[in-house]
Amino acid sequence: MAGVELKNVKKSFGLITAVQDMNVTFDEGSFTTLLGPSGCGKTTILRMVAGLEAPTDGDILVGGTRVNEVPIHKRNLGLVFQNYALFPHRTIGQNIAFGLKYRNVSKSDIADKVKAALDIVRLPGVEDRYPSQLSGGQQQRIALARAIVIEPDVLLLDEPLSALDANLREEMRVELKAIQHRIGVTSIFVTHDQSEALAMSDKIIVMSAGKMQQVGAPEEVYNSPANEFVANFLGASNILDVTVTSADNRTIVVQTPQFGTITVPRARVADLHGAKTGRLVVRAEKLRLLEATAHDGGVSAPGTVEAVDYQGQIARYFVRVGDAQFQAMNMIDGRPFEAGTGVQVAFNPQDCSVLPIES
Amino acid sequence: MRAWKLIRLYTFLVYVFMFAPIAVVLLLAFNSSQFGGFPIEGFSLRWFYRLAENEAIMRALKTSLSLGLLTALASTSIGVLASLALVRYRFRGKDLITTLLISPVLVPETVLAVGLLIFLRWLHVPRSFLLLLLGHSIIALPFVVLVVQARLVGIKKEYEEAARSLGANPVQTFFSVTLPLLMPAVFAGSLFAFTISFDNITATIFWRPTGMETVPTQIFGMLRNSVSPEINALGFVMIVITVGVPLMAGGLARYFARKKT
Repeated sequence: MAGVELKNVKKSFGLITAVQDMNVTFDEGSFTTLLGPSGCGKTTILRMVAGLEAPTDGDILVGGTRVNEVPIHKRNLGLVFQNYALFPHRTIGQNIAFGLKYRNVSKSDIADKVKAALDIVRLPGVEDRYPSQLSGGQQQRIALARAIVIEPDVLLLDEPLSALDANLREEMRVELKAIQHRIGVTSIFVTHDQSEALAMSDKIIVMSAGKMQQVGAPEEVYNSPANEFVANFLGASNILDVTVTSADNRTIVVQTPQFGTITVPRARVADLHGAKTGRLVVRAEKLRLLEATAHDGGVSAPGTVEAVDYQGQIARYFVRVGDAQFQAMNMIDGRPFEAGTGVQVAFNPQDCSVLPIES
Repeated sequence: MRAWKLIRLYTFLVYVFMFAPIAVVLLLAFNSSQFGGFPIEGFSLRWFYRLAENEAIMRALKTSLSLGLLTALASTSIGVLASLALVRYRFRGKDLITTLLISPVLVPETVLAVGLLIFLRWLHVPRSFLLLLLGHSIIALPFVVLVVQARLVGIKKEYEEAARSLGANPVQTFFSVTLPLLMPAVFAGSLFAFTISFDNITATIFWRPTGMETVPTQIFGMLRNSVSPEINALGFVMIVITVGVPLMAGGLARYFARKKT
């Protein structure tokens, strides 16, 4: 078991820069997620840690030792792919035992370890079957068993759940996290799915265009996005241009075109570098729709429902307030609002955050 | 309805045209007549016995078989390695090398044969069995490369990456993962190579050392004198080998594939 550290790691493919200047630590035994849209460089980082790509510049350390020049087969890493990559010409037992053959493990120990690994992934007794005889979810469990049976220093997971269907994916993510927690292996997980990242991670690294956008615990990244990219990538957010009218040690007062003045707690305001303008971010779930005549103490303004996206327990509303459209995700209590209904749009000042305007 | 009948008749005639010569050889191989042609006088295996007693032919058959097997071995080994480089690695001049590897198919065989001969004359290298083998391997190589490359493209590189992450070095990865998955193509490629070498005549006439005969050049030589019925028997044997071996191999491959799943 070991932590992983990237120091000034860069990667370019010809003229294209895939990863710029990464400095990040993956703590020993932690579960860290690289989250971002496709092409953001997250998979490239994983492949560099694995040894499948060489960094253009910088150092990669595993357990404090520089591994840049160590070939992949000597790094002792567990690797799980999106498409499972089980060897189709070998049985499940042979697949799991594959890595043990190169590790001076005696024949009887191999059988025991294979059995133990199958127990961990809750698929005992399938040793003699071939991968094609198992379902996608089962194959991914076997791939996980094959990766952890060698007791790797680091477990690298490259979108391992993306090929599974929705129900199975949610089941597998709970299980995967539980297994990781039980064996305590340092894990790096790559995904573009924000709910997977939020549900599973100790730490999330949000990436875009080869750059780290924010690093933090799931609640931190979700509740206090560092910039507009993070705010929009993790769920839907409403973003308003605001002007700062006054500020003291505890609060900042901003002027919005739709909601009048709002007093935002200092803790929710990023460094504006002295600028008088900023962007106010309110998550769609934090925006409440009330009856046109109601009032609940938050900041509010009258609006009109323009469209409803009914999703069962919750509904996503598109509401017009003044000249702007807002998104609100609300639990449905009784009946959902219909399109065309006049409503009161409200939120609490402590639920929004203020970010600087990015040039 | 009439049109369909005509099409059916036409198709039938095309097949007759294609297969009649083969059928004639197969049939006449068992003709007891002195002369290698019609009419058929009776059923006999005497030409096969005569064939087995003909030392020149048996020597040619041995030469052809060993040449074919060695060509298969050489062109398959080189072809697999070349395909691996071309599919799995990025390097300069890759397109050029692909074109060069495939070009023996495009160049007329006579031109290729004369070219190699002139080149070797210039180097003062005498013609030998080894050179014949080299030449046959050049002719067979494009077929092996095309078949193996097509299969290799379909084998996801994640299999190899997984093997290496589990501790297998590149050579171990090749033998434990890549080669087994590539086996059907390796098998098909080497069969191609064997067949191409076994019935090649044009280039062989140019390249063979004096006094060495392969089955096709032997038949060609015998035909210049007269059509001996032995040739029909030999034709029968060749057809059985060139058609039978791939069919049998295909059957075996299917049998093993079915046993596995």
